[in-house]
Amino acid sequence: MPTITLSKKALLKQLGARLSDEQLKEHISMLGTDLEGIAEDEITVEVFPNRPDLLSMQGFARALRAFIGKERGLRRYTVKKSGEQVIIDKTVLTCRPYTSCAIVRNLHIDEERLKEIIQIQEKLHVTFGRNRKRAAIGIYPLEHIAFPIYFRGLRPRDISFQPLEMQREMNGEEILELHPKGREYAHLVQGLKRYACFLDGKQRIMSLTPIINSHLTGKVAEQTTAVFVECSGFDQRILDECLAIIVTALADMGGTIESLELKHPEGTRTTPQLEPRKMKLDLAYCNKLLGFSLTEREAAALLGRMGFGYERGSVLIPAYRTDIMHQADLAEDIAIAYGYAAIPESLPTVATVGQADPLGEFSRIIREVLIGHGLLEVHNFNLIGHAEQTTMMMAEREPVRIANSLSEGYDSLRAWLLPSLLNTLAQNRKHDYPQHIFELGKVFVKDESTTTGVREELHLAVALCGEGEDYTAIRQILDSLLSALDVKTPYRRTKHKSFIPGRVATAGAATIGEVAPAVLRNFGLEMPVAAFELPVASLRK
Amino acid sequence: MNIKELAASLHPLERKVLPHLQKKGTLAALAKASSLQEVEAMRALQWLEGKGCVTITTEEEEGVAISKKGQQAHKLGLPEEHVIKALKQHKELTVSAIPHHLPPYDRGATGAVIGVLKKLGLPFITTKEGAPAFKWVDAVAIKEPPAKQGLAEASKREWWLPITPATKSAAEDILRRKGYGERQKRKLKRYALTKLGVALTEQRDTKTYEEKLTHAMLKDGTWQQKTFRPYNVEINVPRIHRGRKHFVNEAIESIKRIWLDMGFTEMTGTDVQTAFWDLDALYVPQDHPAREMQDTFYLEKPARGSIPAALYKKVKRVHENGGDTGSTGWRYRFSKEESTRNLLRTHTTVLSAQTLYAISQGKAAMPGKYFSVAKVYRNEALDWKHLFEFYQVEGIVVAEGLTFQHLKGYLRAFFSKMGFSDVRIRPGHFPYTEPSAEVDVWDAKRKQWVELGGSGIFRPEVTKTLIGKEVPVLAWGLGMERIIKEYYKLEDIRDLYRNDLEQLKTIKAWL
Repeated sequence: MPTITLSKKALLKQLGARLSDEQLKEHISMLGTDLEGIAEDEITVEVFPNRPDLLSMQGFARALRAFIGKERGLRRYTVKKSGEQVIIDKTVLTCRPYTSCAIVRNLHIDEERLKEIIQIQEKLHVTFGRNRKRAAIGIYPLEHIAFPIYFRGLRPRDISFQPLEMQREMNGEEILELHPKGREYAHLVQGLKRYACFLDGKQRIMSLTPIINSHLTGKVAEQTTAVFVECSGFDQRILDECLAIIVTALADMGGTIESLELKHPEGTRTTPQLEPRKMKLDLAYCNKLLGFSLTEREAAALLGRMGFGYERGSVLIPAYRTDIMHQADLAEDIAIAYGYAAIPESLPTVATVGQADPLGEFSRIIREVLIGHGLLEVHNFNLIGHAEQTTMMMAEREPVRIANSLSEGYDSLRAWLLPSLLNTLAQNRKHDYPQHIFELGKVFVKDESTTTGVREELHLAVALCGEGEDYTAIRQILDSLLSALDVKTPYRRTKHKSFIPGRVATAGAATIGEVAPAVLRNFGLEMPVAAFELPVASLRK
Repeated sequence: MNIKELAASLHPLERKVLPHLQKKGTLAALAKASSLQEVEAMRALQWLEGKGCVTITTEEEEGVAISKKGQQAHKLGLPEEHVIKALKQHKELTVSAIPHHLPPYDRGATGAVIGVLKKLGLPFITTKEGAPAFKWVDAVAIKEPPAKQGLAEASKREWWLPITPATKSAAEDILRRKGYGERQKRKLKRYALTKLGVALTEQRDTKTYEEKLTHAMLKDGTWQQKTFRPYNVEINVPRIHRGRKHFVNEAIESIKRIWLDMGFTEMTGTDVQTAFWDLDALYVPQDHPAREMQDTFYLEKPARGSIPAALYKKVKRVHENGGDTGSTGWRYRFSKEESTRNLLRTHTTVLSAQTLYAISQGKAAMPGKYFSVAKVYRNEALDWKHLFEFYQVEGIVVAEGLTFQHLKGYLRAFFSKMGFSDVRIRPGHFPYTEPSAEVDVWDAKRKQWVELGGSGIFRPEVTKTLIGKEVPVLAWGLGMERIIKEYYKLEDIRDLYRNDLEQLKTIKAWL
């Protein structure tokens, strides 16, 4: 989950309140963010992914200000018309079809502010922007740009500009190959015939989106006072929300927002769109969900503490609150404003009879029997190496494979338990013998008759390891188990490559025998092993 | 215990060494004198030390460990002895003939033997044929090589020759020979009698004691004439181990018991699931960061599963526009491609989703209370802090009229049974619950709140779609490994599943 770092001094100034660390801690965690820590002047907060509007100092302070009652209700932002245009060419429709843009003036950018702006942009890129795939953000100092601005798809070779952090002009292909950001985000434009670029009125390339800005027109620095902001992507609504989060944060720094006319092949519209969204409040629903009996007035007051407006039965949802989808979301905000700690608790009567999983209960009995024989239960992972299940066991099976395991040596699901037991024995060579172990666990077998193509079964495997452990010894354990469970089944000679020929049998669904010396050597074992394995369900009547 | 009782309580081994104990001595000498193996004599000394009768000290002793070759030399004679014998017999021996007379264990000793013969002063001549040779002269005194005595000494000490002023020259002679022995340092055990020990040696209990009561004695009544040796009943005995469950399974059973006590029914299901059940049905948007490759194990083969068609339509609609749930939905294009991917379940909430669907199919009861304690998977590299398989504990309550206040009530009841004195909730976020809450429990030892689980009421987008009507579903859950790790004070999370048999035998029970 994303975290942001805030200066405590700056936050308290924005809040206009004197709070102790304890109070600050309490407010922050009760607002619905996770406080990671306060160290001297630095506060680290974890923001849940449903609240990207909290990813900036300004957005965070805005929410906290309302929550502690300093400034309740909807915060309104005025948007002036700039009269300027952004012209979106049909060539972007195949590469990055939409954008939302705005101008923000009267910014007083100092070192601290610059850091904040970079943080907002980065955090939004990673979270709300899904690593720039869903939304990419560009911020440019206005002073170097001539209007109108064009959003155009250009052939990679026709693109030429000096990207940020580079000493010379590069074309689109070079940027993807040589620029660090180009390499990092190349996958987002891979296979496209044209790359989306912003150009200014003088036809200078301002950026190759979603990758990098131009050094000449796209570098915000201290002393920048006015900026052009764009978000580009594939879903107009997402981009409008993203832009709203940024420009309201910039406005909270003291900036003034101006709108732009966007001429898109699908129609002309004006952004940013900061008008609050209206949603009817279903008070009965919220009360029922929370077990409350709030009046409309009380509910409206609580919503005000979460930064919502309220007007004649409707909740006014700020443009930057992207998470309100349903009455349930309003109910949660009411509960947060009320205070989770203050909500009374009660235990209802829901009369039910408890029931354990019957197969689980049955394996409990099996455990008791085996423990009675002095066996130790082991517990291995369901993931295991492919080779351990197949070649090392001298067995032919095609196990269920994992496509993308990050842990080396764990690339498939186990199809039987015996390899896990031999692994365990191999890891315990330093300890005293004999070693008598068992495991109860799931195995995974390909089976096209199931919905996933995989059948899962609970298995039991027992292994006796040490000088003199043999067929008789393991057979005594299986016989004892079968008789405890009142199962009668004949033993039949069989062939199995993992066992010594002539010393392996089946008993019902069980396979039992002395493990082949070549298998033991494959696992690095220097002691004989006698073992059996069976599906637990086969023992149930 | 007085001295008489002490004498009576001696073990047979102690009894055997007792007459041979000197005021001071070595273990080796004692073993030899009492005709015991060194380990037996050592055991006797340790027991006596436990009773305060002797003190044992360990010194480092330097010596020569005689190799196989050296042992052969002792048995068959040294190479020069073989050659001298031949020379004495033939009166004359050419240098080129020397190798034929060397013992089989040391065919490469020619050079060394020539050196010895020269040193003895045997004349070195040229034969008529012009070959260099040694000539036998009766007057030359043949000295025994020092190594011979050294090897003989070592043969009585399990092929160990301590280096003392008396054995120094023998040791050097052995070491000079290639591969006969190696200079080593060994521990030398010495003992000394204490005052009590001296008293004990003077006490001498001559009575015969019986070690074991036997079947025969009981049968023929001879037990009546016997006295049984008193044991030292206060000392420790060797540990034995019982068979037992894996400690994680002990914990799982005990947590299951809590749910059953509260009237919950266990949910089970497959570990391999489609993304549809694991995520889509729970209203997790398809582009949610947690769904990316690095967090989730996807199956290579079989890569895709099938999903129920009617439910698929409903889930797709609810993602795209909220369907009939009163929600706006996530508002994006839902992909079937993504939905059918097979994965290893990322949470047991998938079982809750399937239970809710089972209610709509008449296969599960409503009102109902359900739980699971089951394995979930996360694609992480295994290290001391991360496991890629672990257990999640989860419960849901489905009934009309349930509220957020009831969730709080259940959390208190459940966590108090789990052994936590206090519980509180904070706002949280999960894609499938609203309201959502993080659950903190009071850690009485560290005197602080510790985040332990998550909870909430399922979103209408989930319940209405799966059950068919909007019924409140209270849900809460927690990870299990952390609690177990804390309980057993394990630093490394991998120790839970290392399956070290010593650990499994000796770790305390889950109480």
